[in-house]
Amino acid sequence: MTPTTSPSQDAALVISGLVKDVGPIAALDGRMKRIVSNISLQAHFGQVTALLGANGAGKTTTIECAQGLQRRTGGSISLLGRDPENADAGLRARVGVMLQDGGLPPAARPVALLRHVASLYSNPLSVDALVDRLGIAEFSNTTIRRLSGGQKQRVALAASLLGNPEVLFLDEPSAGLDPQSRLMVFELIRELRGAGKAIVLTTHLLDDAQRLADYVYIVNHGESVTQGTVPELLSQSTATESHRVMTFEAVPGLDTAALCHADVSCEETRPGSYRLSGSLEPADLDRFGQWCAGLNVMPTSVHLASQSLEDVFLAIAASVEPQPLKTEIA
Amino acid sequence: MSTLFHDATAGLPASLARRVLRQGGYEAATMLRNGEQLVLMIVMPLLGLIALAVTPILDGMGNSRINVATPGILALCALSTAFTGQGIATGFDRRYGVLRFLSTTPLGKAGLIAGKVIAVLAALAIQVAIISTVAAFMGWRPSGAGIALGIPLLVLGAITFTALGLLIAGTVRPEATLAITNLGWILLAALGGIVLPATKFSATMAAIVDWLPSGALGTLMRAALLEGRLDVFAIVILLAWAVAGSVAAIKWFKWN
Repeated sequence: MTPTTSPSQDAALVISGLVKDVGPIAALDGRMKRIVSNISLQAHFGQVTALLGANGAGKTTTIECAQGLQRRTGGSISLLGRDPENADAGLRARVGVMLQDGGLPPAARPVALLRHVASLYSNPLSVDALVDRLGIAEFSNTTIRRLSGGQKQRVALAASLLGNPEVLFLDEPSAGLDPQSRLMVFELIRELRGAGKAIVLTTHLLDDAQRLADYVYIVNHGESVTQGTVPELLSQSTATESHRVMTFEAVPGLDTAALCHADVSCEETRPGSYRLSGSLEPADLDRFGQWCAGLNVMPTSVHLASQSLEDVFLAIAASVEPQPLKTEIA
Repeated sequence: MSTLFHDATAGLPASLARRVLRQGGYEAATMLRNGEQLVLMIVMPLLGLIALAVTPILDGMGNSRINVATPGILALCALSTAFTGQGIATGFDRRYGVLRFLSTTPLGKAGLIAGKVIAVLAALAIQVAIISTVAAFMGWRPSGAGIALGIPLLVLGAITFTALGLLIAGTVRPEATLAITNLGWILLAALGGIVLPATKFSATMAAIVDWLPSGALGTLMRAALLEGRLDVFAIVILLAWAVAGSVAAIKWFKWN
């Protein structure tokens, strides 16, 4: 599928032909390096738009250009009808940003920091309500340097929401989250979508995109390579008719050996998330039910598809070879 | 919670003054809660003041040791807070992405810098109050005209050293900022003409010291508080450092 992004009246964010060079790089004899060569996307209100790609694909650079944190080399960006490079306080107040590294001062305490960030807005959301909703109260007086990765993510998410933004950028929102926090964050993102926010998230976790995104842009080596809704992307099947993927969530650490056989592989993709793929037959579903009953395990979710977004992504990644010479420019 | 986002109005920024003052207050409070910063900001200058008052180092340079020592120690406070303290804090904020995060809020990059200047001035005001009180108990008696001239000069010194501290913090790694600003503090405090006037050094050394921002601020503070006089050469030098430091910081400061 060829990306065909065209300007849209109701888009919160429109990126067209983004180009970003960095450098000069000493290892390239002082030449610039092109890390984004052609990325286009649109994000709409009331939708979750995912930018999906491997580490180093250009996702973070793209959304940092959209946030005005990095200056683009070429292309155009319209954020709420404005160029983010010239953002004033009024525009920044309408946009929430959760950075990949959080950007939280290590010596600060979560609630005090959130109250300070709230003071930068004239009409912030209630800090107490966000603290309660994101389960921050339990570590409210612990300095940020002592928090776990997931706890820091929750504080960073709360900070990004304080202004009740119309557009929310989330860079790898579930990185480092434990399964419980991940479900909490996913539920919150769906609520924000329900409230009409335009949510732009980057992720290298295909499962996140599959579960959250209304529209997905897949980027590879700094270029948009395909786009579509999750069902649209899944319909680009390269798998055989009998190939199926079943994903389910349950308590972490279960022994799935009994579910696997010559035609079906099993793996725990992350604690509590399991994936079976191969020539799944009705007998495999029966085996799955018996396995759950035998272990007295009730999955929190079960999903069956002809293939997963991961299959689509891997097929695309395999078809696009790295072109290092193309990314180095004089 | 489901009504939390629906019922609230969309984001609006607080007024510019409120944003900058809030950031300044937050950064000043962070500085004052940091034990290492307090040693640098309060304890070291106080020890310097006492050392200069009880030893004969400054004998023959004025009507009393404390009158000669105090202007230089006040200038040292600006160096401690604006250059070393602010430089180190900014270097690590940069490392942890704090500058990038805050620049995406209504505060923005300009508000963040303005907040840092306010934090430095607030912390400096506390330092000046403490040092002046202790010096007064030790017999310091500045003239009213000297105080009126000394305050804006100290503010100019703080702005100059803030620009230089931000220049270092924004261009090198935080560990290097830590080393450079601490070493800079020691060298400038001992040999930079800030506490000990340039006349205490050899002619060659004095010629160098007169052109340093530390030497210029020390000279300006002593001329103002001892003689009620504005040293024209020193203020030209300090203004030049302020402008050059600010231009360089704006040009080369990297946010990440």
